[in-house]
Amino acid sequence: MLAYGIDPKVIMAELTGRGAGISRGKGGSMHMFSTEHKFYGGHGIVGAQVPLGAGLAFAHQYTGDGGLCMAYFGDGAANQGQVYEAFNMAALWNLPIIFVVENNGYAMGTAVQRGSAETHFHRRGTAFRIPGISVNGMDVLEVRSAAEVAVAHVRSGKGPVLMELITYRYRGHSMSDPAKYRSREEVQEMRDKHDPIDAAKAELLKRGMAEDRLKELEKQIRSKVNEAADFAENSPEPEMSELYTDVLVESY
Amino acid sequence: MAIELKMPALSPTMEEGTLAKWLVKEGDTVKSGDILAEIETDKATMEFESIDEGVIGKILVAEGTEGVKVGTVIAVIGADAGVAHPQPLPQARGEPDAQPFPLPPAGGAGGGPVRPEAAPRPADPEVPAGTNMRQCTVREALRDAMAEEMRRDSRVFVMGEEVAQYQGAYKVTQGLLDEFGPKRVIDTPITEYGFAGIGAGAAMGGLRPIVEFMTFNFAMQAIDHVINSAAKTNYMSGGQMRCPVVFRGPNGAASRVGAQHSQNYGPWYANVPGLIVIAPYDAADAKGLLKAAIRSEDPVVFLENELVYGRSFDLPELDDHVLPIGKARIMREGKDVTIVSYSIGVGLALEAADLLAGEGIQAEVLDLRTLRPLDREAVLTSLAKTNRVVVAEEGWPQCSIASEIIAICMEDGFDNLDAPVLRVCNEDVPLPYAANLEKAAMIDAARIAAAVRKVCYR
Ligand SMILES: Cc1ncc(C[n+]2csc(CCOP(=O)(O)OP(=O)(O)O)c2C)c(N)n1
Ligand SMILES: [Mg+2]
Repeated sequence: MLAYGIDPKVIMAELTGRGAGISRGKGGSMHMFSTEHKFYGGHGIVGAQVPLGAGLAFAHQYTGDGGLCMAYFGDGAANQGQVYEAFNMAALWNLPIIFVVENNGYAMGTAVQRGSAETHFHRRGTAFRIPGISVNGMDVLEVRSAAEVAVAHVRSGKGPVLMELITYRYRGHSMSDPAKYRSREEVQEMRDKHDPIDAAKAELLKRGMAEDRLKELEKQIRSKVNEAADFAENSPEPEMSELYTDVLVESY
Repeated sequence: MAIELKMPALSPTMEEGTLAKWLVKEGDTVKSGDILAEIETDKATMEFESIDEGVIGKILVAEGTEGVKVGTVIAVIGADAGVAHPQPLPQARGEPDAQPFPLPPAGGAGGGPVRPEAAPRPADPEVPAGTNMRQCTVREALRDAMAEEMRRDSRVFVMGEEVAQYQGAYKVTQGLLDEFGPKRVIDTPITEYGFAGIGAGAAMGGLRPIVEFMTFNFAMQAIDHVINSAAKTNYMSGGQMRCPVVFRGPNGAASRVGAQHSQNYGPWYANVPGLIVIAPYDAADAKGLLKAAIRSEDPVVFLENELVYGRSFDLPELDDHVLPIGKARIMREGKDVTIVSYSIGVGLALEAADLLAGEGIQAEVLDLRTLRPLDREAVLTSLAKTNRVVVAEEGWPQCSIASEIIAICMEDGFDNLDAPVLRVCNEDVPLPYAANLEKAAMIDAARIAAAVRKVCYR
């Protein structure tokens, strides 16, 4: 959402259920949308976003607006049947869509190899003739260049691409997940050796960015986050009348 | 600038916890990601991570302290001004048990602590008089029901997301993997339509599957197998092909998880001939009816409630506590009005009955327990006694179980009615996320009591 240019304040306000939230406090952590920023969710049902993404791509193709859809889903979501139904139609109809699997090694408490017969998710489009690329999701520049290749492919009218971003999840799945299914060492190793932000930092320094500028940047980010949290904390809850609005668009 | 570290809410229903262990001491330097303490909730022991950097100044709550309220300042970090921030940041996703942001401990609608009920409960006539009782949570009662049936019948197995190694997303299957092994306690990928079909097929093949849905919201992905495969096969095969499967899991609204994760499917499944639908409230019914469900030759949808899992109730100490399917139970006797409910609504109905008793209204509370087949007799008998009925249902009003109860009263109890039957349901909107709107959308004891006063013309 941040990458789509959405203000962190309204995101934080949604997370805390405030009237100023991006869904007026009515959606919550799993249900955030911004049609203004072309961000279409935010879906609480694992896997459901994939055919919805194919539908958005269908609309781009239908109207000929030149747009394409990026549909993100997890390694766990990749096992839902509807994902493959969407793959088939997307390939069949040459839809402008990039399917992005964020393979972070776990679906809640289930490690990838305990839930998936084929753990190389970029191969999962093969049966539908969808080309797949495996990408180090912890490397910002690699992700960027892979995305450029994928976008160019889709834009040239060759149909969907499947990108697998190999990444990691530092925290438990939720606040009540003690994450007993993996070792602390595994997490620490990832944080210490593969952290994408540390790596980007190192890359910037290597390319000659001054350390002070980085510090300054970090400070700015911190204060932006604090500002968003303060904004959310100090915003009122939604008006009671909001309970009944937005159920239907029209009146009958 | 000093930063206050507050007791975090580690689940939506957590109001307090035990500060089991400090992993840092005063004077230690910590950075973001360091584990500060272990905190025990009713569900798990959780690690409390630092989000800030600095030096631990003061530890204010000693390790081993029980009942530390969420939001209590437990320690103070000193840090450079402007670098850190005292607010714990939310997790990226709240799922399915997660609360994305620590809340003040409010007794939200439907949730909150159980209040002691003033009036003694009438004993379940199905339980022999004089049976010893012990306290048991609904969560344990359900687990014990499965374990007992698995010991008794080798055809019984459990499958679902996170049921084995993780010990259940809500810890209902805790310990089953250890006792029964991976052949009978099976973790599935996130593919509800697929494993509901495999469960139904295994039942057709002679096994006794218990299919756990992490919540029934996710069973919508699988509803075709529940209805088209499980419910209709016996009929369509002229009685040759049975499907004795149990689909179980939490149903209804939890707390602060939004519209897609908060829905009561009772009326949906109760609409379908060929299914048994059970929605118990207390631990004794959860255990006795789940055992009956597993033994049934018919497909059963067994609807639990996350907010009730942690509540303790009397459980009869019987070697084999099995209850009849299709029988309602009087949870509280009264002569002035009948409140009909099921699942979490029963707790609210009992609470309302307590309130009303103070005003001189003796409310009878009837727990339907089974939604299909529905115990019409019990409803009509109680109506004949009290002449007034209110239905309380944590779910939408239109085409609800409440609508069905009202129809039954009209069709077969009309002559006994002294007032129109009223229903108290959730507001007719998708469940909102904000705490104030969520509370306003859900039924509560006050609303039930108000409806009762109305039918009593008080
Ligand atoms: C249909 C459905 N089933 C189950 C869930 C509960 N659930 C939410 S997220 C999740 C794990 C998802 O794992 P993955 O797709 O790998 O995404 P990650 O969280 O790792 O990014 C589960 C089981 C759900 N929300 N929807
Ligand atoms: Mg994952």
